[in-house]
Amino acid sequence: MARIGVFVCHCGENIGRTVDCAAVAETLAGHPGVAHAEDYKYMCSDPGQALIKRAIIDKRLTGVVVAACSPHMHEKTFRRAASQAGLNPFMCEMANIREHCSWIHEDRDAATAKAIDTARTIVEKVKHNEPLQTIHIPVTKRALVIGGGIAGIQAALDIADGGHEVVLVEKDPSIGGHMAQLSETFPTLDCSQCILTPRMVEAYQHPNIKLMTWSEVEAVDGYIGNFTVTVRKKARSVDADVCNGCGDCLAACPNRRTPSEFDAGLGTRSAIYVPFPQAVPNTPVIDRANCGRFKAIAKGIKKEVCGKCAEACLKGAIDFTQQDELVTEEVGAIVVATGYQLYSIGRAQPEGLTGYGEYGYGEIPDVIDGLQFERLASASGPTAGELRRPSDGKVPQTVVFVHCVGSRDPEKGMAYCSKICCMYNAKHAMLYRHKVHDGRAVLFYMDVRAAGKGYDEFTRRAVEEDGAEYLRGRVSRLYRDGDVIKVVGYDTLAHEPVEIDADMVVLATAIRPQPGIKQLAQTLSVSYDEHGFINEAHPKLRPVETNTAGVYVAGACQAPRDIPDSVAMASAAAAKVLGLFSVAELEREPAVAAVNETTCVGCLTCQRVCPYGAVEAKEIRDRDGNVVRTVASINPGVCQGCGTCQAVCMSKSIELATFTDAEMYSEIEALAFWP
Amino acid sequence: MTLAYYPGCSLKGTSREFEESFLAVTRALRIEMTEIDDWSCCGASSAHPISRDLGVALPARNLALAAEQGADEVVAPCAACYNRLATAQHELGADADLAARMPGILGHSLPPALHIHNVVDLLAAYAPRIEELVAARVDPPLLAGLRVAAYYGCLLVRPNEVTGFDDAEQPATMETVISAAGASPVAWNMAVECCGGAFSISRTQSVVRLGRRIVADARAHGAQAIAVACPLCHTNLDLRQAAMTARGEEPLPALFITDLVGLAIGLSPGELGLARHFVDTEPLLASLAAEAEATATAAAAQESS
Amino acid sequence: MTNQSGAMSRSDAVVRLLAETRSAAARCYQCGKCSAGCPMVSEMTLPPHDIMRLTAHGRFAEVLSADSLWLCLTCETCSERCPTGTDPAAIIDALREAAVLDGRREVPRSIAAFHRSFLDQVRLTGRLYEAGFFAEYKLRSRALLDDIGNAPGLVRRGKLHPLPHRLHGIGEVRAIFERCGVRASDLSGAGHAPAADDAGGAPGGGDPGGGAEGGHA
Repeated sequence: MARIGVFVCHCGENIGRTVDCAAVAETLAGHPGVAHAEDYKYMCSDPGQALIKRAIIDKRLTGVVVAACSPHMHEKTFRRAASQAGLNPFMCEMANIREHCSWIHEDRDAATAKAIDTARTIVEKVKHNEPLQTIHIPVTKRALVIGGGIAGIQAALDIADGGHEVVLVEKDPSIGGHMAQLSETFPTLDCSQCILTPRMVEAYQHPNIKLMTWSEVEAVDGYIGNFTVTVRKKARSVDADVCNGCGDCLAACPNRRTPSEFDAGLGTRSAIYVPFPQAVPNTPVIDRANCGRFKAIAKGIKKEVCGKCAEACLKGAIDFTQQDELVTEEVGAIVVATGYQLYSIGRAQPEGLTGYGEYGYGEIPDVIDGLQFERLASASGPTAGELRRPSDGKVPQTVVFVHCVGSRDPEKGMAYCSKICCMYNAKHAMLYRHKVHDGRAVLFYMDVRAAGKGYDEFTRRAVEEDGAEYLRGRVSRLYRDGDVIKVVGYDTLAHEPVEIDADMVVLATAIRPQPGIKQLAQTLSVSYDEHGFINEAHPKLRPVETNTAGVYVAGACQAPRDIPDSVAMASAAAAKVLGLFSVAELEREPAVAAVNETTCVGCLTCQRVCPYGAVEAKEIRDRDGNVVRTVASINPGVCQGCGTCQAVCMSKSIELATFTDAEMYSEIEALAFWP
Repeated sequence: MTLAYYPGCSLKGTSREFEESFLAVTRALRIEMTEIDDWSCCGASSAHPISRDLGVALPARNLALAAEQGADEVVAPCAACYNRLATAQHELGADADLAARMPGILGHSLPPALHIHNVVDLLAAYAPRIEELVAARVDPPLLAGLRVAAYYGCLLVRPNEVTGFDDAEQPATMETVISAAGASPVAWNMAVECCGGAFSISRTQSVVRLGRRIVADARAHGAQAIAVACPLCHTNLDLRQAAMTARGEEPLPALFITDLVGLAIGLSPGELGLARHFVDTEPLLASLAAEAEATATAAAAQESS
Repeated sequence: MTNQSGAMSRSDAVVRLLAETRSAAARCYQCGKCSAGCPMVSEMTLPPHDIMRLTAHGRFAEVLSADSLWLCLTCETCSERCPTGTDPAAIIDALREAAVLDGRREVPRSIAAFHRSFLDQVRLTGRLYEAGFFAEYKLRSRALLDDIGNAPGLVRRGKLHPLPHRLHGIGEVRAIFERCGVRASDLSGAGHAPAADDAGGAPGGGDPGGGAEGGHA
């Protein structure tokens, strides 16, 4: 005979204001099988938990129902208390009378009646609960970091320094990410490459880091502590073990007209290339889409075309026959650090976004974006750091910087603030004025958002020392008029229309997650927001975890981030990984599904619907080893307890522990049959 | 499909040459349509600022008449009328309260959604036929080499959710028609800037200020004529052009898009009512004719030699 | 308020319109893109983004008397480019309607005369009878001689019909005006400013009364 204890929490005023908690306890006390019922102001407090423990012992309770907040909030707390009093923790359940009742209702009588119903259903469920045991799983103490920008490098270094192996996967030929493209960084104006390249080399040389550039994550199986990752090593067409990085092949390549990704399209590169001189690794890649030999192969031409790079290579490192390779890695934790891309104002846009017709859809020469400006200002850039505009190489005498292009523009599809643009616009204005002393730097802004250590001082310096002219207002239109770009705006502080003839316009375009992020997120089973930014598990309290255990997030793939933020997040994610690796094995809840093999008909519908790949076919053999039939079998380590298999099973052969049919039906019956 | 024709007040009065040219061109293109019987003013310019209900009801009456007379499509050559008809239909679709009280205001039941055309999208749909007629008539086409600035103004393209024009900032539909007529659209900057619209009479100097930028930009980009599809724009750029033009500057004819198509397919200036324009179109027509003749003579000479 | 029959419903309508307008304007975050693209902004006392701000703050006395409302061409450039989807053009339309219902008389004379004459002709004949419209406009605006030089040209080109068209459904059209609550007296007497408000081209031109009450000095 069940002896259930019911504990009704007031949650201060949160529940007590709307629900008559004493009446709930009183009514439940009379419910069949309830041996004890009481209410208390704060059940989660120490004295509250003590009430529960004492009742379990004194009243010899077989089950506990706490009518309080959401189980997300305090299920762990109360199960721990029950377990300390000697009860199997899975015999303790919560009835949510806060989020599902007091917070959403106003009528006290009706809310009290609903709270009673809610508590009663859970009491009926607990009567059918079975004592369960926590599952223990082993941990592979090896991590995967996806993305080799500053966030990925930092996370990899921190984990590696903590004594664990890291596989660092980067889709481009070199690590370094966007930070490698920057000229100088705010708010100190130190040279980006000077602070970044030592980190890149350190990652490359670290004994615990296995660097895989020109590679992409293709598939991920498994679960926290036990992931199996398939990485595609794209064909480099260069044998990395033989190549010494001399660069003779680059000099020999006859195709030098491919737009350079590193120079944001402002410079060109050869078809066999390293993205930039300080690239890590310094091993070239043949860009097959732009290489004459591969283009000929693609066209079906049998004759071997070109091959100048192979002729130039004294080491014989060029290998035109190289194929993509799939590599499997076993890891226990994954850090996603895939970074960002810039919004393009062009006509063609992904779903949900709109281009900027009023700014000429990106078709006006000398209207560039922030990364392009970085390359123009960079000593390693296409103009060797001289500020010359792309169209005719003229030194621009008036440069207009436009804030919030795409950002904070819900009509174009992005309502969010891109966070870093206010700072880099101020920096750009400074860099420009340092290089062109008599030039005008005009910035159209809405607000200057410079929240960060030394940030506001930096933007003030742009105005006070470097003569940046800030005009408050969004630009209505940009159009080319002869040699200049007309910038049509309005100074909302001076209350006057402004029309500026600019020689060059720099648009601070919105920060967006990398293309392919949604597919990667689906591969990793992590959620993302409407823009594709990876969702953190909790916006305040779990900023670097995702909703999938063992997968962490760092840097601008989670939201627009500057360098210090990205690095801080990366170290935080690394700390989480190191924490995970510090235990011998993991505990997890036994809410997993199991198959009744005697009734299973082997239709394997469950296998097709399982989102986690936890169901396998299992052959049942007779004594002679002959296969009698096939049934479904669920790997409890992989099962996430979603219940999809249970719902689709025709022969009712699958039960999900903690949500069995008997438990669910008893809840429904409690609602249907009790007055 | 049954196409109803809504002329609007201007086409019966101060812009009667637009109707002449529109009717001549649609006849030549074998576009069948019937003028809505007993149509009334759409209220453009003055009804919507005074009363939203009136601004919707006046055009809605005409949509109701068109539907009752069996039409499922309507063409309104006047951009202002087109905009009011399309806006009324859009608002009736979007605002259930408005739609509910409208039959009581109109004394007609609410019309079903009609396909509402402006002159530009109608002609663009007939671009292949225009090209055929141009090719059948003369070789090279009369308008070959004529540089035209396609001027859309506001009412054809905005608000984009109502008009559904190809692009609110850089539309290209009128260019399609100009090219079909054998002329060359120029790239310029003022295609969707406002000319001052309905202020032509009440605030002439504003219109002159706005129109001057448009004419100057068209001229700066090498245009020999401005193509318009709106009687208000036409009045501002034609009747008011004298006030916008500096001494010594050649006037820039403002032609209805139908004028261009009509000339290209062989209609006479008289049929198109070109003499009713304030900016004299004679010099342009003469130079086009001379050029065509010179090309023809040169071609003939080449053939005989 | 007033006891006259019907007056209450008009004032109720003003209250409702202003409440709706205020909540619509709450979306505006004052970026100024509307003012930046407005073809008439150089002639307005209150630029469009100020109209949005004052409306969002419920400062209707200043807004409803602003000449800017009547200088709006409804070219929709602001609404097309507004990043927040606020639709300033629709808000300005609603404010104009409220100003008329509220009996405001600060409409620049020439523009009031234009709208009044336009609607009068449509109410009378069902269509815009242009000759009648020009004549009435001249009288109402008191700008008798403006543009008179173009009259012979219009007549010579056959653009002015001496007589209006007879519409069978004229009763229907008049009933529509009636049911929409648009009265012949709306806008009459509006335009207290001298004819100088027609100067148009000068920045800050327009109704000086509106300027004084505009209050963003």
